[in-house]
Amino acid sequence: MVLNMGPQHPSTHGVLRVLLELDGETVVKAVPDLGYLHTGIEKSCEHKTYSQTITLTDRMDYLNPLGNNLVYCLAVEQLLGLEVPKRAQYIRVLMVELQRISSHLVWLGTHAIDMGAMSVFLYCFREREEILKIFERFAGQRMMTSYIRIGGVALEPPAGWREMIGRFLKMMPSRVDDYETLLTQNRIWLARLKNVGKIELEDAIARSMSGPTLRAAGLAYDNRKVFPYSSYEEFDFNVPTRTDSDCYGRYMVRVAEIRESLKIVEQAMAKITDQGPIRTDAPGIIPPEREKMKTEMEALIYHFKIFTEGFSPPPGDAYVAIESPRGELGCYIASDGSPKPLRCHFRAPSFVNLQALPRIIEGQLLADVIACIGTIDIVLGDVDR
Amino acid sequence: MSESGGKNAGVVAEQLRAWNANAVSEVIEFHGETTIVVPRELLRITAEYCRAHLQFNFLSDATSVDRFPVEPRFELNYHLVSIPNRTKIRLRTRVSGAEPVVDSVVPVWPGAGWLEREIFDLMGIRFNGHPDLRRILLPDDWEGYPLRKDYPTEGYRDIPATFLPGFKKQ
Repeated sequence: MVLNMGPQHPSTHGVLRVLLELDGETVVKAVPDLGYLHTGIEKSCEHKTYSQTITLTDRMDYLNPLGNNLVYCLAVEQLLGLEVPKRAQYIRVLMVELQRISSHLVWLGTHAIDMGAMSVFLYCFREREEILKIFERFAGQRMMTSYIRIGGVALEPPAGWREMIGRFLKMMPSRVDDYETLLTQNRIWLARLKNVGKIELEDAIARSMSGPTLRAAGLAYDNRKVFPYSSYEEFDFNVPTRTDSDCYGRYMVRVAEIRESLKIVEQAMAKITDQGPIRTDAPGIIPPEREKMKTEMEALIYHFKIFTEGFSPPPGDAYVAIESPRGELGCYIASDGSPKPLRCHFRAPSFVNLQALPRIIEGQLLADVIACIGTIDIVLGDVDR
Repeated sequence: MSESGGKNAGVVAEQLRAWNANAVSEVIEFHGETTIVVPRELLRITAEYCRAHLQFNFLSDATSVDRFPVEPRFELNYHLVSIPNRTKIRLRTRVSGAEPVVDSVVPVWPGAGWLEREIFDLMGIRFNGHPDLRRILLPDDWEGYPLRKDYPTEGYRDIPATFLPGFKKQ
């Protein structure tokens, strides 16, 4: 029997369609069908200036907009050879780690609801709301923040930000304990996740899987440690791994990552000084401050040129990869020396990880397909772009 | 800014030259990244050598660039990572517009499967030996390859009447 799962199925987390060939309740063959959310972002990038593209990147992986901003800005900065001030780098780290926590919370909540645990969803979204409030104070937006800009960040941290994040850091560890009390030893949770959706480490590497899925297979591969960016080498944190490589292992890795991210947020808060630049000084590339623009002729000219013509990086290309909540998020930009990118490609972690779905679910029961899709943690905006 | 190349990246080109003098036609260093340009015919065996002997066990990304109207217009970029050596390199091969065909690297890294399908779908480069070369993001009956430079950003379909030549505002 051939069963069409999705594209409107709630547990496909968006609009994924999977064609399942079944023998009784066992999946014999699975063929994913994507593209329902394809918006041609990569083509649009080629017709925008470098700074205009930032708002598009927000809309790819909508649970990780700050990470998308960051990878794009790092790629443009590498193309230009720009150095970002330390203070801005720490603010970036602070923001993407909060984003990682919020993304993992959405994952945990929705995955729990897929498995039938309604209340965890409500608790996770309660805490996520606190993070979104922090983003709103920092960037003026809850989700599509566009906060990280080329050469730094958009705005100074708002008044009272230390107290706000401090309150969150104080509250969060006990909340994570609450989730674990509800789930980690829960018999239904164990029955649904243990020994479900296994994949061997060699297979996972060969299939280019990354992120918590790869780490749950036993390899401590994390771009923040292996190829540090944005001063991650100065932070002290662990890379949680498991060896069971099943859905339960992926759950445990993500919960442990929430705790590690809290540690990084705390360190980043201590490193961010009250005074200092949030943007690098590069006339013609970074928009001048408003004050200068009103008083200096040169600054006004630069401002006009940046927002009409844009800036032109030297011909060449750059590929930068960061660790998003879902795995390796890469951005490749090729420049031909004009103010618009010749090519802008995003290596979406959900897209590459989803590739292994048939391998993971073939031979499993139909009910386990939902657990497997859930623990790969796909975001369809990221898959289809 | 991240030091993405790693200190071993430059050595890789030498090792490849020592293995097969024809395999490396050009080495480009740009802002800390190493690009090794490989002739089109040698792409798969070079990739296989990188994986088997130089420990590039992880294919990070595969993507393409269209430099129309320059010939050969297409560029394929494979971003490789050696997890044991912590090294990154980029393998590049150039493909002409008249015959956009290249050997698939799926037999080397199965992870290339969907990435190459995406390139086929959006850029129209075909891969020999790919097990499942179908469109992936666009519908099966889509005409043309949108990421090519000679494909308009607005597409060919569903153009609002106001953009059509000869349209008069009422």
